[in-house]
Amino acid sequence: MKKIYLDHAATTPIKKAVVDAMLPYLTENFGNPSSVYQMAQVNKKAVDEAREQVAAAIGAKAQEIFFTSGGTEADNWAIKGIVEARKSKGNHIITSKVEHHAVLHTCEYLEKNGYEVTYLDVDEYGSIRIDDLKKAIKDTTILITIMYANNEIGTIMPIKEIGEVAKAHNIPFHTDAVQAIGQVKIDVNDENIDALSITAHKFNGPKGVGALYIRRGVKVSQFMHGGAQERGRRGGTENVASIVGMGVAIELAYKDFDNKIRQYTQLRDMLINGILETIPYSRLNGHLTNRLPNNVNIGFEFVEGESLLLLLDMQGICASSGSACTSGSLDPSHVLLAIGLPHEKAHGSVRFTLGAGISDADINTVLETLPAIVKRMRDMSPLYEEFLAKQ
Amino acid sequence: MYSEKVMDHFMNPRNVGEIPDASGVGTVGNAKCGDIMKVYLQIEDGIIKDAKFKTFGCGAAVATSSMATELVIGKTIKEALLITNKSVMEALDGLPPVKVHCSLLAEESLQAALWDYAKKNNIVIEGLQEPKEDIDDDHHHNLNDDEDESELLNA
Repeated sequence: MKKIYLDHAATTPIKKAVVDAMLPYLTENFGNPSSVYQMAQVNKKAVDEAREQVAAAIGAKAQEIFFTSGGTEADNWAIKGIVEARKSKGNHIITSKVEHHAVLHTCEYLEKNGYEVTYLDVDEYGSIRIDDLKKAIKDTTILITIMYANNEIGTIMPIKEIGEVAKAHNIPFHTDAVQAIGQVKIDVNDENIDALSITAHKFNGPKGVGALYIRRGVKVSQFMHGGAQERGRRGGTENVASIVGMGVAIELAYKDFDNKIRQYTQLRDMLINGILETIPYSRLNGHLTNRLPNNVNIGFEFVEGESLLLLLDMQGICASSGSACTSGSLDPSHVLLAIGLPHEKAHGSVRFTLGAGISDADINTVLETLPAIVKRMRDMSPLYEEFLAKQ
Repeated sequence: MYSEKVMDHFMNPRNVGEIPDASGVGTVGNAKCGDIMKVYLQIEDGIIKDAKFKTFGCGAAVATSSMATELVIGKTIKEALLITNKSVMEALDGLPPVKVHCSLLAEESLQAALWDYAKKNNIVIEGLQEPKEDIDDDHHHNLNDDEDESELLNA
């Protein structure tokens, strides 16, 4: 049975060209970039080149890119580092209710340690309202951190407007762009972004490596204390092979970009429309057009998400769910609750995320498989029985 | 994540359906926490002749419902009361820790159906307690209990 992997928002396979670029740095080029001999200097050069590649992808300067262990570290560092560096100016942070846990839990941690956090509500599509942001700003606000695009429902935030508001009030603006990178064009100057987190494994790079962009002049305290690596801001011997992989992967993610996005968008809409047309009592979570080109998130009434995932898996289709049962807690996705879904509908949501290699035929297979799976679970659902009895 | 037995009972659930004019029907759980189990029992001469279920829930919820109905068929009422979440879990070769609450629902849905039977027939079943209206809150406790884990400060 052919596997159809539709969980690219969770992670992606590493591209062959990326692996090829990484291999020499796992074998013969093993030197520590901090060493003086020529053999190690090759590695320093490789890291610098990757820094250029990452910077170029977001319109930044190489000196503004700092490599990390991934998106979570970049989020933690940006948020804790900026508020600590600015604590003499205030203690208030503005974020949204739909952030990734790397941001939400960091803010909750800071809240317990004397900081005040405003969690902005979102509209029915998952986007913050600029008026709410303006109203939330206080004299003590020292950071605005709002994600570029949502990892569950794909909604793209009004980043440029947020950047303008932040700039007008002279408040640093951090954005978690982990899901957006490689899916949308990002320009940190045009969008007034002061700090931005990304991770390589979401764009066909290796796991365990990410980067934080910090605009020159924005003060951030050191997060990982140690050696003088990353210009003294992030200690620890560089993960050279993975950094090289990240550089190549980000360059490839923006190569032939317009064609890629056109293709993803077409497949995405084919999947959305196909599901909504063939499966009654299903709805799209998020916005029809203001969403990442690779994201589809559908709620199926009367059924629970995990059981749909298990049945899809039996047919070789990999997807994910906002159901509590896949998260290790009993609460369904905070994002789906924040857009106003009642618990039972949030439990029945499934996310499909596209990536390289997905074809029309794959989408058709999903569209052929899904109705029977949903029907099967509905036929044994007491909620559906109740609903039919009321009809 | 799941044992082969759980997957078997999820993929091929036993006793799915309804029993018209059942002797007792029990519904537990709520949609808010993502699990609802409805169990139908057919009881004749104090023996559970048939059991059916309908479940809204995850793989573990479906599998525990299926196993609970399988275990209860042929039992006397007294024996049925001895079916606990532990015995359902054991019969399924275990469940992941976060799914233990599903097996509690299976135990409680059987008891709720027996309670309904007792009420309809004006009898008292010794050792059976009235099912709680909304039981989900009980299951939110102890999810993260793990004595082996180091203590996190400020987590």
